[in-house]
Amino acid sequence: MKFSRNITIGQYIYQNSLIHKLDPRVKILTTILVIISLFLIKSWFGFSIIALYLFINIFLSKVHPKFVLKGIKPLIIIIIITLIIHFFTTPGEVIYHIWILNITKEGIQRGLFIAVRLFLLIVATSWLTLTTSPIALTDGIERLLSVLKFIKVPAHEIAMMMTIALRFIPTLMEETEKIIKAQMARGADFESGNLIKRIQNFLPIIIPLFINAFHRADELAIAMEARCYRGGEGRTHYRKLMISIADQIFFITTLFVILIAYLVVL
Amino acid sequence: MFIHLKNVFYTYNLHMPFQTEALKSINIMIEKGEFIGIIGHTGCGKTTLLQLIDGLLEPTEGQILIDGIDIHKDRSKLKEVRKRIGLAFQYPENQFFEETIYKEIAFGPKNLGISDDKIKDMVKNALAMVGMDYYLYKDRSPFSLSGGEMRRVAIASILAIDPEVIILDEPTASLDAQSRDKLLALIKNLYQRYNRTIILVSHNMEIIAELTRRLIVMENGRIMMDDTPRKIFQESIEKLESIGLSLPPVTNLMYKLKKIGKPVNSGILTVEEAKEEILKMVKKK
Ligand SMILES: Nc1ncnc2c1ncn2[C@@H]1O[C@H](COP(=O)(O)OP(=O)(O)OP(=O)(O)O)[C@@H](O)[C@H]1O
Ligand SMILES: [Mg+2]
Repeated sequence: MKFSRNITIGQYIYQNSLIHKLDPRVKILTTILVIISLFLIKSWFGFSIIALYLFINIFLSKVHPKFVLKGIKPLIIIIIITLIIHFFTTPGEVIYHIWILNITKEGIQRGLFIAVRLFLLIVATSWLTLTTSPIALTDGIERLLSVLKFIKVPAHEIAMMMTIALRFIPTLMEETEKIIKAQMARGADFESGNLIKRIQNFLPIIIPLFINAFHRADELAIAMEARCYRGGEGRTHYRKLMISIADQIFFITTLFVILIAYLVVL
Repeated sequence: MFIHLKNVFYTYNLHMPFQTEALKSINIMIEKGEFIGIIGHTGCGKTTLLQLIDGLLEPTEGQILIDGIDIHKDRSKLKEVRKRIGLAFQYPENQFFEETIYKEIAFGPKNLGISDDKIKDMVKNALAMVGMDYYLYKDRSPFSLSGGEMRRVAIASILAIDPEVIILDEPTASLDAQSRDKLLALIKNLYQRYNRTIILVSHNMEIIAELTRRLIVMENGRIMMDDTPRKIFQESIEKLESIGLSLPPVTNLMYKLKKIGKPVNSGILTVEEAKEEILKMVKKK
């Protein structure tokens, strides 16, 4: 059983590009807008406009498209299942008959449409995480959420939680590896047995992992308080976020593209 | 049981941009009944070496032979290896997960498919070995114990499978003086009374000098010296210092006395021996 200590989360790929330099807030907002538009758009024409837009964005970011495809890989099964379910469950003109199941023309159209929608959703979010470092991302989320402070959204706390979670993922991986080895040294076998047996076998890993994580969380909280951490009130930032001309142009272009994709029906 | 590491290399994250060569060209033979100490500065590969011996890591190159058989040739051999070699990790109490000490210690024997009444004896034995009362402790939660007790229970959970070789990775780390002394007495007992082969990693030179019979000094993934502690602490002082290791305090004292011209022998490992030497010196005057 092998784990890597160096898992990259969200797969940030550093490049010196226009896209990487954009303000994270603008990138997050545009991604949200694109996602919403993908649910509203009803035409293939609209989809092709958004696809083109995403393609250009990825091209400009200088991130190799293979990284985008890598993000899609784990979700391909879900896409295929969606496709198949739509093939068989949509009523309409039957074009193929197997056993008690009918494949309809409408089913194929609908299935493909939804599959393409999922595909574009994944591409849009991968574009965001590939070109924005986790730190910039949480920073951006914090600033965006702080707009909602008047309805008591704890923006700083949410961002801090995300930062800490990201920080501790490698530590937890390391710890899991250590515990697995320690239990194997006591004769534990994680590689054989039936399903139930295997699930039971994971208790000796999960329980110490949780206990140690709680201890660590306690210690971290105390260490933070010892250094006078008291939440977001009056806290300044090391990195100042600034909306540049490039950000404005990018945002307006995106809005424009989305409007075309949504409104123009050919 | 005869352990032979034959030209072993180990690299973490092989073929990845962040690969680390943790061990290079390691050759060791360990015979039954030895008491071996391993020292070296942080990150020199001690823990990696122990994991290789217990079959938890597979060497990138080279072979690990136990009684002449390559343990990675046949994967079914590995479980047997882990039964015969007990490895207690650094901070072994971090692997506790059961509600009672009994169940915690029974985990190892259970994994080896041993019957319940036999397991009971094994747990009793293991607790006795670490000097804890079976009836007093068996139903307590392992998490309710003090640091020293936890360490002893953790070691008992290794001893429960009755290994021939016991490997301890810094067993005394972060223990108070009293718990440490108890643990050391226990280790000595395992060696002398129960005739176990023991491999001990420690940063504490005093412990190494007092307990071990053979000392392996590691530096940067290689074995730098492999000899008796007396010889190493007497003859290779500069070499030890060059890799940032110190002498045991008493040895250092005698070494300094000798340096300023006092007629003493510097190959001293324990306070007892030092006392004898100093008395001899005083009488000579
Ligand atoms: N799981 C791992 N993945 C990657 N590198 C590792 C891993 N474990 C150890 N290393 C690296 O291998 C080298 C040897 O580590 P090892 O833990 O064997 O040292 P050590 O001698 O036990 O140190 P210490 O005295 O601090 O316990 C170090 O450079 C360490 O960073
Ligand atoms: Mg170590």
